[in-house]
Amino acid sequence: MEHYNMNLTLKVWRQKNKNDQGRFETLQAKDISSEMSFLEMFDVVNEQLINDGKDPVAFDHDCREGICGSCSMHINGRAHGPWDGTTTCQLHMRAFNDGDTITVEPWRAGAFPVIKDLTVDRTAFDRIIEAGGYISVNTGNAQDANCLPVDKNDADLSFAAASCIGCGACVAACKNSSAMLFVSAKVSQLALLPQGHPEKQSRALNMVAQMDKEGFGSCTNTGACEAECPKEISLTNIARLNREFIGAGFSSEK
Amino acid sequence: MLNAKIPAGPLNSKWEDYKGHCKLVNPANKRNLEVIIIGTGLAGASAAASLGELGYKVKAFCFQDSPRRAHSIAAQGGINAAKNYQNDGDSVFRLFYDTVKGGDYRAREANVHRLAEVSGNIIDQCVAQGVPFAREYGGLLSNRSFGGTQVQRTFYAAGQTGQQLLLGAYSALERQVALGNVKMYSRHEMLDIVKIDGKARGIIARDLVTGELERHFGHAVLICSGGYGNVFYLSTNAMGSNATAAWKATKNGAYFANPCFTQIHPTCIPVSGDHQSKLTLMSESLRNDGRIWVPKKQNDTRKASDIPEEERDYYLERRYPAFGNLVPRDVASRAAKERCDAGFGVGTSRQAVYLDFAAAIERYGSIEVGKRQLTNVSKEDIIKLGKEVVAEKYGNLFDMYAKITGENPYELPMRIYPAVHYTMGGLWVDYELNTTVPGLYSLGEANFSDHGANRLGASALMQGLADGYFVLPYTIGNYLADEIRTKAISTDHPAFVEAEKSVQDIINKFMTTKGTRSVDYFHKKLGKIMWDKCGMARNEKGLKEAIEEIKALRVEFWKEVRVPGEAKEFNPELEKAGRVADFLELGELMCMDALNRRESCGGHFREESQTEDGEAKRDDDNFSYVAAWEYKGYGQYELHKEPLVFEECKPTQRSYK
Ligand SMILES: Cc1cc2nc3c(=O)[nH]c(=O)nc-3n(C[C@H](O)[C@H](O)[C@H](O)COP(=O)(O)OP(=O)(O)OC[C@H]3O[C@@H](n4cnc5c(N)ncnc54)[C@H](O)[C@@H]3O)c2cc1C
Repeated sequence: MEHYNMNLTLKVWRQKNKNDQGRFETLQAKDISSEMSFLEMFDVVNEQLINDGKDPVAFDHDCREGICGSCSMHINGRAHGPWDGTTTCQLHMRAFNDGDTITVEPWRAGAFPVIKDLTVDRTAFDRIIEAGGYISVNTGNAQDANCLPVDKNDADLSFAAASCIGCGACVAACKNSSAMLFVSAKVSQLALLPQGHPEKQSRALNMVAQMDKEGFGSCTNTGACEAECPKEISLTNIARLNREFIGAGFSSEK
Repeated sequence: MLNAKIPAGPLNSKWEDYKGHCKLVNPANKRNLEVIIIGTGLAGASAAASLGELGYKVKAFCFQDSPRRAHSIAAQGGINAAKNYQNDGDSVFRLFYDTVKGGDYRAREANVHRLAEVSGNIIDQCVAQGVPFAREYGGLLSNRSFGGTQVQRTFYAAGQTGQQLLLGAYSALERQVALGNVKMYSRHEMLDIVKIDGKARGIIARDLVTGELERHFGHAVLICSGGYGNVFYLSTNAMGSNATAAWKATKNGAYFANPCFTQIHPTCIPVSGDHQSKLTLMSESLRNDGRIWVPKKQNDTRKASDIPEEERDYYLERRYPAFGNLVPRDVASRAAKERCDAGFGVGTSRQAVYLDFAAAIERYGSIEVGKRQLTNVSKEDIIKLGKEVVAEKYGNLFDMYAKITGENPYELPMRIYPAVHYTMGGLWVDYELNTTVPGLYSLGEANFSDHGANRLGASALMQGLADGYFVLPYTIGNYLADEIRTKAISTDHPAFVEAEKSVQDIINKFMTTKGTRSVDYFHKKLGKIMWDKCGMARNEKGLKEAIEEIKALRVEFWKEVRVPGEAKEFNPELEKAGRVADFLELGELMCMDALNRRESCGGHFREESQTEDGEAKRDDDNFSYVAAWEYKGYGQYELHKEPLVFEECKPTQRSYK
């Protein structure tokens, strides 16, 4: 792999706190190596800002290996930037060229208020899980794990749905700020497993109700969420959620 | 004298006996007992959920925006359990024995045995929660091998085992939040312990969004804050992983055990330049199928594909025929360093070795051909089928490698090098997971308990969940049963006021120093000292130098650190400053501990103590003890020893040949 260095212009969203109006600020990123990750590029920019006596750009990040779901930058109009199936922290600078201008914004969604700069509040997701994203089993209740064989295909589909990292890119990518992909991934993971069956309908109802309460928009099937999801969670999960939800609507009338 | 409170009786009935006799708290009293939990990784989340289910009033804290993002999420390869589903001779005893031996005979037998006993329950619990472990076509659970063992006892969910286990524990935790049994404080950082009459009674925490300091009372406090590998700056830990919670506990009287026992993991993506902010692990599970090699010729600059088979040195298979590529981590790491130091390294930096899947791809491809009863299959088709199998097993790891390096690991061997990964040292705890401060407990990677001088792969997830689901919920009752008469103490108590003031003083100092250098500048400098002098190989001279250098760096830090912004706002630089300040103290203690331990064991390799063929040489006569350090004032510590007694696993020179 050939490496190169580049100079870039960044247009970064700066917002002091949730009450501040916010605005774009233009920053220069100098001598950026193509081997850096996007966040390492921000480390360089922040180091410079600190040395210049200015306030560094605040952004969420932790594992920097694409799994914790903290990082959340909207880059040139795309959640997590130009590479498919990739979080911001795994995006590398070889995706860019010398002289590029890059626009970086936080997730934009009413249910994700900005805390500072590129950092948003995603606790709404925790509250949706609280509403039913679990199997009700206390510690100590379990039987031997192999007493419950699971069809391999179902297990694989369940795993694929469970790989959601809860980053919120699906919401940021959706013109309605819908959280359907997130909710459906959890509902599917559990509905596909025999352990999850007893609660599958109440789970769907309660999670969707909480989603609405948090102010996420409705799903109009544009598929932008799937396209931007760094874990490539499939839209078929939304179809499955709809089935569970409608089924639950009928049976809860009995 | 340190009392580990190990129950009497034969090893395999200690835990049963303990559970049968420990004190219980009745349900009505549980509702009045408050427990504070620092951390929501596997250890903290499982403890919070289980204690909430039991009826205790729990407050859980994490510094990330959600409990689901604790660094346990990043664990890749798997979790061990003595289920013997493969019928390959596994048992509780073998898991226990492998762990004590793997830890180079520096762990406490009774704790390790209990860990092995409860390991099976963990898998049952996780499956019941809906954790989607890998399965075979028959629908039953699948296993693979990890280093340091000869059985297949590792359960996994592709390369995302930690994520799936943590999401299981997190959902159990959120269920308790909904039921009102657990109150969750995300984006909060614990900055001090409050002690009243010698017992832990609460904490001071900073709300990271507003910057306000808060006081929280608890009848007991659990430190589940993870490991301190980030002392080295570069490690496989998350950017935020830190030692602050454990270090504040230390400053409040909890002893810190075996601080120098750090694990350097053999298979990580090598450093690419000064900009590097963290190192990425390539899971040990890859050593199931990947073969590690370097060229036989020094300074060989040919491409890997141009080096013929007979000119490759599969040095692990050569040196350790019995375990081959699956030797424990400390052994594999040192062997890689040895080859690179001797001039056989590969890549531009020459600080890397190859991890090669070509043979595995071909082997799996042929197996598929057989399974599917295909005939007339070309070599390319076999390779294609083999790649599919490898992708199913390790796909996300291969993708990660490709994104970071820009190279395709299905075509070219991976380049890997050892990196700091895990800390076996941590807060000293007794059999009940209680530190030396009554009411202050420690679980998961934050304690020192089960892995001795080297942790075996897939055992940290097991330990975190064992502690949180199946051990602490019993042992804490034994303490809280005597606390039922203690009413909640007002946070106006002078001890809270004083603790808050000392936290405030430190914050004020950071905000008013207005020095010339960023926090990262100091962190990187500390990391370099630690890696060079307290890393994969250590010696007396280097350690003595490191101690002086760290002392000097600490002085410079407090004079020159620059923290921008304000205290009463969301301020990530201020958070980092506090963490690095603590690393600057802990780093020195690690070097002191390494200096004190004039033997090699597990991940601690003292150059002065090695066998003729370069293996670690223990000194059981003089060092068969846990080194527990008591804080005695800034930069001063007193050593206490907990002698290790081995009844079942008689220490021998560890051999994987
Ligand atoms: C890349 C990687 C891969 C790994 N793979 C495996 C594997 O395959 N198998 C295996 O067994 N082990 C593996 N490990 C090791 C294992 O993941 C960890 O040891 C384990 O998950 C630690 O869990 P924990 O609950 O102790 O801590 P963590 O998961 O690190 O959680 C720490 C918690 O403490 C909180 N916290 C810390 N300080 C404070 C504070 N001051 N105030 C408030 N909250 C605080 C954090 O917010 C977080 O919630 C891996 C580790 C890494 C880094």
